[in-house]
Amino acid sequence: MAKKYVIIGNGTAAVGCIEGIRANDKDGSITVISAEKHPAYCRPLISYYLEGKAVPERMSYRPDDFYGKNGVKVIYGESAEKIDADKKQVVLESGEKIPYDSVCVAAGSRPLVPPFEGLDTVPVKFPFMTLDDAQNLEGAISEDSDVFIVGTGLIGLKCAEGLYGRVKSITVCDLADRVMPSILDTETAEMMKKRLEDNGLKLMLSDTATKFDGNVAYMKSGAEVKFDVLVLAVGVRANISLVKDAGGDCGRGITVDNHMATSLPDIYAAGDCTESMDYSSGNVKVMAIMPNAYMQGHCAGENMAGKDVTFDNGIPMNAIGFFGFHVMSAGTPDGELYEEKSDSHIKKLFTKDDRLVGFILAGDTTRAGIYTNLIRNGISLSSIDFDTIKTAPNIFSFGQEYCRNSLGGVV
Amino acid sequence: MAINFVNPEFEVVRNPNRCIACRVCERQCSNGVHSFDPETGTMMSDETKCVDCQRCVALCPTRALKIVKNECQLRENANWQQDTIYEIYKQAGSGGVLLSSMGNPKPLPVYWDKILINASQVTNPPIDPLREPMETKVFLGKKPIMPERNPDGSLKTNLAPQLELSMPVMFSAMSYGSISYNAHESLARAAENLGIYYNTGEGGLHEDFYKYGANTIVQVASGRFGVHEDYLSAGAAIEIKMGQGAKPGIGGHLPGKKIVGDVSRTRMIPEGSDAISPAPHHDIYSIEDLRQLVYSLKEATQYTKPVIVKVAAVHNIAAIASGIARSGADIIAIDGFRGGTGAAPTRIRDNVGIPIELALASVDQRLRDEGIRNNVSLVVGGSIRSASDVVKAVALGADACYVATAALLALGCHLCRTCHTGNCNWGIATQKPELVKRLNPDIGSQRLINLMTAWQHEIKELMGGMGINSIEALRGNRLMLRGVNLNEKELEILGISHAGE
Amino acid sequence: MKRVYVNEKWCLGCHLCEYNCAFANSGLKDMAKLKGKEIYPRIRVEGDDKITFAISCRHCEDPICIKSCISGALSKTPDGMVEIDKSRCVGCLTCVLVCPYGAVIQDGDGAVQKCELCLKNSSGAPACVAGCPNNAIVYEER
Repeated sequence: MAKKYVIIGNGTAAVGCIEGIRANDKDGSITVISAEKHPAYCRPLISYYLEGKAVPERMSYRPDDFYGKNGVKVIYGESAEKIDADKKQVVLESGEKIPYDSVCVAAGSRPLVPPFEGLDTVPVKFPFMTLDDAQNLEGAISEDSDVFIVGTGLIGLKCAEGLYGRVKSITVCDLADRVMPSILDTETAEMMKKRLEDNGLKLMLSDTATKFDGNVAYMKSGAEVKFDVLVLAVGVRANISLVKDAGGDCGRGITVDNHMATSLPDIYAAGDCTESMDYSSGNVKVMAIMPNAYMQGHCAGENMAGKDVTFDNGIPMNAIGFFGFHVMSAGTPDGELYEEKSDSHIKKLFTKDDRLVGFILAGDTTRAGIYTNLIRNGISLSSIDFDTIKTAPNIFSFGQEYCRNSLGGVV
Repeated sequence: MAINFVNPEFEVVRNPNRCIACRVCERQCSNGVHSFDPETGTMMSDETKCVDCQRCVALCPTRALKIVKNECQLRENANWQQDTIYEIYKQAGSGGVLLSSMGNPKPLPVYWDKILINASQVTNPPIDPLREPMETKVFLGKKPIMPERNPDGSLKTNLAPQLELSMPVMFSAMSYGSISYNAHESLARAAENLGIYYNTGEGGLHEDFYKYGANTIVQVASGRFGVHEDYLSAGAAIEIKMGQGAKPGIGGHLPGKKIVGDVSRTRMIPEGSDAISPAPHHDIYSIEDLRQLVYSLKEATQYTKPVIVKVAAVHNIAAIASGIARSGADIIAIDGFRGGTGAAPTRIRDNVGIPIELALASVDQRLRDEGIRNNVSLVVGGSIRSASDVVKAVALGADACYVATAALLALGCHLCRTCHTGNCNWGIATQKPELVKRLNPDIGSQRLINLMTAWQHEIKELMGGMGINSIEALRGNRLMLRGVNLNEKELEILGISHAGE
Repeated sequence: MKRVYVNEKWCLGCHLCEYNCAFANSGLKDMAKLKGKEIYPRIRVEGDDKITFAISCRHCEDPICIKSCISGALSKTPDGMVEIDKSRCVGCLTCVLVCPYGAVIQDGDGAVQKCELCLKNSSGAPACVAGCPNNAIVYEER
């Protein structure tokens, strides 16, 4: 009998999951519950939407006929209320019950809104997570707007970049002492900060709003920031409640094993709502990044369809670019450090136990994937000419056998 | 530093509007002519190193380069020409013997170009090779004078061993060492495909090429490098090299720096040791001695393979050939004075030996006169440049031709005549791995096949024009030839009439 | 599917493929017009002074670049070629971050580019292959 698959969420992980299922099961029914009223798109695109590099009709992660071709029923504008693991059904907010043979929770994350005093007095404020957020924000700004963004993380800064040139001023604050504290180290953050400031962004670091009153923010430092539009980009939280309420194990994210299975039978989870092992450090963490979401989703889908597939080499990695200045990081900044620095670039490679475990590249990110590959596949550095690869990533230095195997059997 | 009296021979002309500084010329020049100047972002040239091999010209993707003769010339002097003066400067600087490569470049007469081919009109109609069968196959080896019969009347069929050629051309001797592994592979593969033969030269046969043995002539020269029983048995024929057209009367000298790796193993001499081929074979001082070697080789190979004796075309060539024909050899190869070489003393190359056309005519005539023409086949080499040279040679009496320079040209050689430096940019006359790899035998062998196929078509066209449908019927058919611009003596030696006669 | 392969035995390290690639994808009429321009070839030569070879997109069976592309700009054609829709590319460089061959590169214009086997330009077949002087680069099924 055809299996019934349900996917909660309609983002990257959901698409991965659909493709994972369909790679193995052409017949089962797939139902996707999409809170947003859009076909799957990549959330990181929304800043490019503001910038004008992406338009909504071309932001879909897959072609328009994706769902149709894959026989997927999408329920738009509905959220899942709970999972009844005993009855094997998903209950929607509307009360509708959808039975499943296996379900994948790909519910993503939601913005974290700290309890700022007087936040309710601010007339124009937005989070910056969804396409709807971005469209609402766009509707609220003009060339005369002063925009105040709380949070210099990826979301806050990408929002700033998206707004750049479309508003009068942009101010970004963060309690941390540097930009993108979760991704960058002090030096690269400094280089990035300079780049941002050179482009006219006003940064207030080690400072945050303590109180809002209408269109004014009162800062911890005593400063006052007047603004027309407020964007809250303090952070995100994984949406774990569906699994947690059903009795599944959760940490900061839904706990999954390397099959993307939760602790509950026939319930899988993938993407930003999960936490899993970071291959580079061995620690369990939420790795809310796009490629992992897809690969986890795909892995979950394959397992849901009865295969035995593992995904165990997820690592944190990020490619960020502001105003043409690109920074990439991957893995864990831990172990022995190799570094290069110039006015325009920084390279830091971290090695431990004969493995590359992390890197940060700023300014020059050419062929960074070769480093990422080293981390993700745990390649022994003593088996390759790492000294050469250190200075310039290349395939040649992997040795003839690697080249022969990976380049098609001739070299 | 002492004054360098010798100006660069060539000038590198770079069109600044077309040069995109891709640096391909720089990477491809083993002589280090080109370099990139990061300050100006442009390419520079050191013309003192240029040998005009045109590798850079051929690979420049924007055709920005040309190599031209340096216009800076010494004052003209019909007697003391610049080349002569520069040779004196060089010798005054070095005290050494001048070395050169490839064939004699001097403006000595090319008799092929003074001989014209006949064509049929009206009474003896030409044959269209596209419509009629045309035979270009030849057999080399001793032929019986008369059909011989057994007591029961049946024909005796135990002919002396023969080489069967699909067309009257073979690749002549070039040793592994003087040319590269890939050049040898190209020649071997092409010979196999074409149904002809290539010749190992005196450097032995690389073990990888034993599989081409059925299309290989193995050479035994005065140095006896790489000669052993398996080697002799590997080939289809054995050639005793007595001399070479480019350097008659002297031996060979492959410098130790080229005796590396497989070359050393194949030659059976230690790495780095000079490979010196003596001027004479130290066991051959007479036709009788030669006969001993011929029969030693036949004995070693159970009389299954024809033995070729190769000599340079020199003054008494007719008498020499007569002796060889009586020595038991199956085939005589004669190498004319324009034949190529990987290295020869300039004076020898340019001044010793005689033209192949005259040598061939006189040898063929002499052997006929003595009634021993069928004892041997005649193969001639020493600058056979085209299908028409082949046809003229056959009509003068040759059974087949040896080509080497033309084959090298097909492989990419640009006749820069600096083989002796070992820096061949075309991957031919070099043993440097990074240069050798420039000659991909897939390409090289195909180009040789193309060239020979084209020649075969042309030979058929020329034969058809004469109304001849078999190359055997052309051999020695000197009536098909006429001379122009030749004096009585030349015509007499060539055995042909003057045009109009 | 047919892919571009390089036989290091015959690769001369001349880098012509890089220029042929850049020219084929430039839309220019004459390669000389590349003069003074920075080129962004989709194939690049690697190696030392002895062994060289060229690397371009492998068109992986299971391409991590497509999985990582945030904009849907990278996709597979029915034939299996990994193609890029530049109009969708936002230049986030996530593909550069993940490509294990370093075969995706910035195009100097805010987007990325990669080998598309010259099927989209006027060459119609890989220009690196056509222009390789030693048949080191081949375009074949393996």
